[in-house]
Formats: sequence, C-alpha cells, structure tokens
Amino acid sequence: MVQSVVERSVPVEDAPLRAEYIKAFRGMLLARVLDDKFASLYRGGKIHGGVYLGRGQEALSVSVGLALRPGDVFAPLIRDGAGRLAFGESILDAVRTYLGSVLGPMRARDGNVHRGRPLTGLLPMLSHLGAMVPVVNGVLLGHRFKGIRETVGATCLGEGGTSTGAFHEALNQAAVEQLPLVLVIANNQYAYSTPSSRQFACHSLVDKAIGYGVRGHSLEGNDLEACLTVVGDAVARARRGEGPQLVVARLLRLCGHGEHDDASYIDPALKSAPFARDCLRLAEERVLAAGWMSPREVELWRAECVQKVEEAVAQVQREPGPDPYAEDWCALASRHLSEGYHGA
Amino acid sequence: MSITYLEAIRAAQGKALADDPRVFIYGQDVGAFGGAFKATKNLSQEFPGRVLDAPISEDAIVGAAIGAAVAGMRPIVEMQFADFSTIGFNQIVNHAGAYHWRTNVPCPITIRLPGGGTSGGGPFHSQSLEAIYAHFPGVVVMTPATVEDAYSMLLDAVAIDDPVIFFEHKFLYYHLKAEKLPTEAMPTGKARIARPGRDMTIVAYSAMVHEALAAAEELAAERVEIEVVDLRTVKPLDTDTIMASVARTGRLLCVGEAWPYGGVTAEVLARVATEGFDLLDAPPQRLNAKDTPVPYHPTLWAAHRPTARSIAVAARNLLRL
Repeated sequence: MVQSVVERSVPVEDAPLRAEYIKAFRGMLLARVLDDKFASLYRGGKIHGGVYLGRGQEALSVSVGLALRPGDVFAPLIRDGAGRLAFGESILDAVRTYLGSVLGPMRARDGNVHRGRPLTGLLPMLSHLGAMVPVVNGVLLGHRFKGIRETVGATCLGEGGTSTGAFHEALNQAAVEQLPLVLVIANNQYAYSTPSSRQFACHSLVDKAIGYGVRGHSLEGNDLEACLTVVGDAVARARRGEGPQLVVARLLRLCGHGEHDDASYIDPALKSAPFARDCLRLAEERVLAAGWMSPREVELWRAECVQKVEEAVAQVQREPGPDPYAEDWCALASRHLSEGYHGA
Repeated sequence: MSITYLEAIRAAQGKALADDPRVFIYGQDVGAFGGAFKATKNLSQEFPGRVLDAPISEDAIVGAAIGAAVAGMRPIVEMQFADFSTIGFNQIVNHAGAYHWRTNVPCPITIRLPGGGTSGGGPFHSQSLEAIYAHFPGVVVMTPATVEDAYSMLLDAVAIDDPVIFFEHKFLYYHLKAEKLPTEAMPTGKARIARPGRDMTIVAYSAMVHEALAAAEELAAERVEIEVVDLRTVKPLDTDTIMASVARTGRLLCVGEAWPYGGVTAEVLARVATEGFDLLDAPPQRLNAKDTPVPYHPTLWAAHRPTARSIAVAARNLLRL
C-alpha cells in the first residue's frame, strides 16, 4: 500500500469534472489578475515590503483549495494565492494585508503573504520553511482529541522546503500519528536562486514518501486536469483515513522569488520544457478547445476579475493605516501579565 | 507525608488532566514509561490517550502543540531536558510567541523545561535557558523555586492563554520537600520575599533561591540581615517588589545560575540602575555561572555555578562597598 506512484491525466469528459475544471480555471484567472495587480502596486511603490506571486503555480494551488471544504485546515505558502481564494479567503483580506490596512486580518502587524484566519482553518504562515507542517499536524491532533472526524489538513512547500529539519520531523510525525495530512510540494526548480541540483540529490522528491511510510503522488504541476485529479485523490484518501499523503508537482516558477527579483538565474533551457508552460494559458486553451467556455466568456470573466480586484484596491486605499499611538503594544493575550516595559 | 518538587509537578499535571478535557501531554517517553524523570508517572494509565509519546522531534513537538492550541486544546509539552528545547526554539519564539500579536488568536501552550545543573550533567544536560526565552515577546517564563510554586504555577501555566515556558529545576526534583500541596497561591507575576532583611537584597530565582537563603543564614551569624527576593517568574519581572526591597536595604546582589551575558541578572541590574539609582548605597552587583559550557565533573561544576559560599563572599564584598 505504501508506494510512490506516478499518476497521469485521464480524459475529462464527465460533467462533474468539467464543472470542476471550469471552476478551477476561473479561480486561477482571478488569482493571476490579483497577483498582477500586486506586482503593479509594488512597482508603483504602493506596497511596503515584499510581493510574492504564484505565477505558474495556480493550477496546483487552486486544486488544493478546491479539494478542501469548511472545517478543513489549510496552511498555504507564498505562492498560494489561487489556493487561498479557492479555500475561501476574500480578495479584501489579501489586499488589506498587502496594503497595511488595520481592517485586515493581520491589522497591519504582519504583511503580504503572512496572513490568515486561524479560526476559519486558514493558518497564517511563518517565514521559516517547513514550520507550518507540524502546526497543521497539531490542528489535526486537536480535531482527533475533540472527536471531529473526516477533516483534512493541507499545506504547501517548495522543493527547497524539503531540505529543512522541520519537513522531516513533521512528515514523520504525521506518519507516526497517521494524521490526515496532505503535504503538497511544488518543485518549481529554484528555491530563490538555488537550483534543485544544489537542493537535493534523490531522483525524485516523491521517492521520499516511501521512506516516511506515506503514500506519494507525482504529477506535472502545469496540467490542471492532473492537479485536480491527483490532489483530489490525495485529499480524499486522507479524508478516508489512509494517513498522510505527499504530493510532488513539477513545474517552473514564472516570476522571481519576489517582485524585487528578476530571476535572471533561471536556465533558459528550462523555460522551453513542457512542464514550464504557463498553466493558466494551458487551461484556457483547454476550456476553449473543448468548447466549455467561449472566448467571449473568458474575456468577460477576466474583466469581472479585474473589476473585483480594482474595487477591492480602491476600497482599501481609502481605509486607515495603523496608528502607532493607538497601538496597544501588548504581545500577550493575558494582558494582566504584560509588564508594559519597553525599555524606554 | 511529604511531597517533593517533582511529585508536585506530576500532581499538577494530573489535576490539569482531570479538571480540563482540553489538556494533553506530549513529549518523549512521557507515556507508559512516565518520562525520563518520572514527572508523568502513571498519567498515561490514568488518562488513556491523553499522554502521547512523541518522536525525537522537538521542533515538530512544539509545532504540533501550537496547532492543537489553535484548535482549542491546552497542550503540555515536556522537553526531556531544557537543553533540547533549542531544537524547538523556532516554533517557541517565532511562532508561539508571535501568534496572538499577529492573529488575535491565543496560543495557550505550556512547555516544561527540566533545566539547571546537577552533578555529572555536563554541557548538554544542565543549561539554564530562561533568559533566551524571556528575551522574546509574547512568552511567559516561570522559574518556580518551591514545591508549592511548582504545583500552583504549573496549574497557572496551563490556564494562561499564552505560551508559558515552565523552567523546572532538576536539582530541586528530589531534595526539595513540602508537607502538602498548597490550596492557594500568590498570583503569577508577583515576586516573593523569601526571607526579610534590612542590610542587603539578594534577588534570585529557581535553585539559586536556596543557595541565596543558605548564604543569608551564614551571614546572619555575622549579624548581617539579608533580604532574599524569589522572582518566581522572570517574565513578567516584578520590578515593584525588587525596587521596594532595594529601597529598604540600599544594596542589591542578583544571582542567576545562567551565563552572565545579557540575561535575567543583567535585566534586574539594568532596571534598578535606571529606575532606582537613588535607592542604592553601593553599585549593584551580580553573580552568575562562569561563561563556559557547564562542566561535567562535580568539582568543576561546583565552581562553575554560584553556590551559597560564593554568594556569601559576594555579599560580604558588597557590604564593604
């Protein structure tokens, strides 16, 4: 039962999968439009700190978000804008966090991709890679203690994150406890500027699955159909009690690490590989070729996405930023234990 | 009938498990084996499924505790030795410590750190790490020095809505005894006058309270009355009680088993010097372990950390200033 298997696309002909494909494509397009807006705001000097995009990873990310349901837990990483939206994060939460609105979920105390709403199952990430995996395990342990059944926890990492001790400790922990964890690895070929050849030496990252005693799945991460099928299967298996699932997707990051990074280090030869093709363009070609959407419908949806994003940005730009004099500067929930001593 | 510091810790965990279904214990060898020091002895039998053996993965242990806390649980993590908590450092200080500030969601986890030196412990089973945790915001750091505090403060730690580092001293585990468990306790965050005196204040915490009390007893024979302040928690630090004591005595010696650079003794001296300079009749002094790893051999170890004898010497020197 414990084995690594390469799963391939199956033709999407049945109606439920077709509906899922279109839904996913629309989610990817919205995420791309939102990302493009963040890039534009960054270039215009409207965003403090970094901007991290999911360009090229939307098919994989959206599939994770769509496979989850209310009550599940999701700890996205920096390129999971599509997965966040599919899981239920609002455009406003994203924009408010990037623009530092006090009305956002992080209240301007944290920014950009470090956002979430823990009580709705969306965990805000730590910058330290791999650190979210044991935390998802912990939520799932908590569910077990509380008798909450059939919930799944999913989290995403890049291939660079698999080099951390946290990844190893947490995947092993999930296997020992047989937790319904779905750990999705986007092997996007570069961790910041470091190529995979300097990151790991195994033939394929999915081979790690057998070492941990978990089921492994691998796929081409720019193939939306494969993403929906494989990620959906992994989540379903976890939900059925089959234990942790490791999903490894091959793709190419189609942007810099952040918008400050021109990604000049990316090997030009990689860019012409089949897995390097833009997942959004491939998905669009597919919906058009299959006649599932007309070009006009796609353009209408794109325009609708732009309008939603522009409205959100316009609204947030009128919202207040943080006021250091109104800030309570208290890190503890137990206010009576706060010294209020700041060394001044 | 007497109860040890270690038994008080076990009893507090038993009470927490019995009183609150959200509580569970997670750590290495804590299950049927009962823990390396037997602080969880019989608890897995008494509370089936709620005392979980963990793999040797301190980072994942703390990470999972954070997740469970966010899901509404009240985990107690046992680090086998305080020294190993450095593997879980990232999750403790960056994740747990920042959680409420970032998200407005509390992160109530208790992390028990059996720490401090014992004879033969050596560099990696003896460390006193309270200061590095206290350095970070969003964390409460407890350093109980008595059987009563070990019991009541651990119950408090579980009840507090924030991450609590519960630094329990291994040297006190078996030697320190009380007649019975307390039914009431001082509030967390308040220091205690362990011995009143008018000539000098010695501020100490954890095992050093007992060394300071022994030194005070020694100096009492020389007609020197030393006031010993037991901090109980190093964060929050009860500056009011310290300042009031220094106002009475005019002299301050702060003693810590941890290393001298930065740390609790430096913090106490800095606050007294900046806020209570006019209360002092002499420059405030401090005594710490030597700035080397903790030595293995008992002869070296006894010279490495402050003892009643070295505290008495430091106190006499301070009286001459």
